[in-house]
Amino acid sequence: MINLKVFLTGLQSLKGSRSPAIPLAACFIALGALLKDAGFNIQQSAASSLFTYALPGQLVMAESLLVGASIINIFIAVWLVNFRLYPMTVSLFPLLDHKSQPKWKYYLSCHFLAVTSWLIAKDGYKKIDKKHRIDFWIGIGIGTWSTAILMTVIGYLSADYLNKEMLIGLAIVNPVYFFCMMIGAMKNLSISIAVIGGTVLGPAIYLFSTEWALLFAGLIAGTIAFLFEGKNGK
Amino acid sequence: MASSQIIILAILVTSVATFISRFMGALTSEKVSVNSKIFQWFNCVAYSTLAALLGRMIVFPAGVLADSDLIIRLIVLVSCIALFIMTKKNLVIPTIISAVLLGILTNF
Repeated sequence: MINLKVFLTGLQSLKGSRSPAIPLAACFIALGALLKDAGFNIQQSAASSLFTYALPGQLVMAESLLVGASIINIFIAVWLVNFRLYPMTVSLFPLLDHKSQPKWKYYLSCHFLAVTSWLIAKDGYKKIDKKHRIDFWIGIGIGTWSTAILMTVIGYLSADYLNKEMLIGLAIVNPVYFFCMMIGAMKNLSISIAVIGGTVLGPAIYLFSTEWALLFAGLIAGTIAFLFEGKNGK
Repeated sequence: MASSQIIILAILVTSVATFISRFMGALTSEKVSVNSKIFQWFNCVAYSTLAALLGRMIVFPAGVLADSDLIIRLIVLVSCIALFIMTKKNLVIPTIISAVLLGILTNF
């Protein structure tokens, strides 16, 4: 049903010099501490990472609860910040597609889609035989997802020992890791334009609209990058 | 402080709002071929949306990171990217250094 060897190759992406374990630990430990602050108990904190597993959305949820936002507002705010997962899925899953694989694997494993797992999969899928790529993805997903849940619990338990300086230190690790991964992914002109354009437009549009900034910046910079690629006949 | 029912509801709502985008993505993927123009476009939009999120996280961070200075965050980011390139794309070293460097620069 699942090719164990390929699955383990995916799982082993947690090890080595390109391991995502440290940035994942840093951000989910910080999240666990924040959720404790927001009044969550330990089961609720673990459940949040288990069922949502998308850090920016979980941060929006915790901050919205702290300021007493309504459930509808939380839904809209989370949907907007996590909408990026839609183009991310569409730009990954066709690469993992194989007609011999059952659909349920794709429908269930889309839950593992987050920035970390996506960047690892995009970086490594070419080395895997097309037929078993989905199992490679499930391996990456199980590894990163379970790390996130475990670290949320550890963060919750260690909240009292973490001072503000330590939390600030933990918070910078994740964006630095993601930026390095993105720089590593800039292998052709269109991806480079997409990354640089998005980095500039994201904060720029945020000045005018906090909620829609990601969506607009992504669409504008992405479309410019796409047109550029078309022009060069690639 | 939010009550327990509100928290459980918030977890559910957040998870559903997140899963919708993932699941829609999985459904759309069935109709998208790797060699098509539309796939290329989605790929560009995915990278730029992600970059937009990261740019925002550095320039306008949410939470505790907002208490550090922007210029310090930028110095840390640029130094760690340089380190990443110098170490032949090692990711463990720059991520550890980033937290240490931010701590040192914030306190001096």
